[in-house]
Amino acid sequence: MPDPMKIRATLVGDSTEVKTIISHEMETGQRKDGQGKIVPAWFIQTVTATYAGKTVLSAQWGPAVAKNPFLAFKFKGGAKGEKVQITWVDNRGEKRTDEAVIG
Amino acid sequence: MSVPLIALFALALLPASVLAQGSAVDEIAKYRAALQDGNPAELWEARGEGLWKSPRGPKNVSLERCDLGLGPGVVKGAYAQLPKYFADADRVQDLETRLVFCMVTFQGFTDAEAKKGPFGGPGRKSDLEALVAYVAGQSRGVKMNVSQAHPREQEAYRLGEKMFYYRGGTHDFACATCHGDDGKRIRLQDLPNLSSTEGARKAYTTWPAYRVSQGELRTFQWRLNDCFRQQRFPELVYASDASIALTMFLARNANGAAFDAPAIKR
Repeated sequence: MPDPMKIRATLVGDSTEVKTIISHEMETGQRKDGQGKIVPAWFIQTVTATYAGKTVLSAQWGPAVAKNPFLAFKFKGGAKGEKVQITWVDNRGEKRTDEAVIG
Repeated sequence: MSVPLIALFALALLPASVLAQGSAVDEIAKYRAALQDGNPAELWEARGEGLWKSPRGPKNVSLERCDLGLGPGVVKGAYAQLPKYFADADRVQDLETRLVFCMVTFQGFTDAEAKKGPFGGPGRKSDLEALVAYVAGQSRGVKMNVSQAHPREQEAYRLGEKMFYYRGGTHDFACATCHGDDGKRIRLQDLPNLSSTEGARKAYTTWPAYRVSQGELRTFQWRLNDCFRQQRFPELVYASDASIALTMFLARNANGAAFDAPAIKR
């Protein structure tokens, strides 16, 4: 089971600011270990954010994204007390969904 | 119009090396500020909180009975008064040493099990680093208040001070060789002058920290361990009296400053 992500969501005017830190190794597949063997690629491929049943962000990621990545975005709308949900899926098929209440 | 002219004149008087150094330092400061908003240290703090509160080990109990110096289970502000002398262990202990002690005493781990994997790396997470991140984070904003009341605490400070100025190893280095004067640096990183109050405060209150270049959260034990490696000293044994003494010297010198970690560093 992957570690949880940290999500902060705040209503600013008429849009919601979301800031997320995701716990992930994000291996590029280019690095070699101490024995000279290639460390297999292991990275997040898709990130989806939903609010009230609607997708507000959909991203395709590759190996160039940093380890433990920070993702910040804004979407129009949102209301205090409602939830934003974020899901990522990596190239091993592992996934993780977390949610945050908009403050 | 006159202000930019004066500024230009002043700049022209500075040697080129000072200029280059100044701008690099500014850029690093900007880089740190940009990272501050999304410090992945929070991930370690969250994992550490889980480890602290959940029953673990052969005895299946949580660490909430562990006394970090302010009473059993009190985490808030605990890091800011460590290292200190603990009568139950009859030893001066820093946070890492105390955590290992509690894992052995309450949770029933062996000493070797508790100290296993003190520093994380790719694919191996360190429980100790996570626990340290959580406990240290609970002292954010608390003033450093390390005691020198007990004779053993004074002894640890004196030993730490001696080690700080002791020259040795293949390079005839002491900690003070790099950290005893203002304005020293390794490559582009400015080194804090740990012999000054200001320098010790700034350095000690910003560890543990998330090291961006390593993608790991690093503790003060790691910091000292890596300084020893860079000096070509023999390996500093994890949670040894020597490591605690040096921590005591630096922590005590930071007394009075507000603790501000886990931080983020390049």
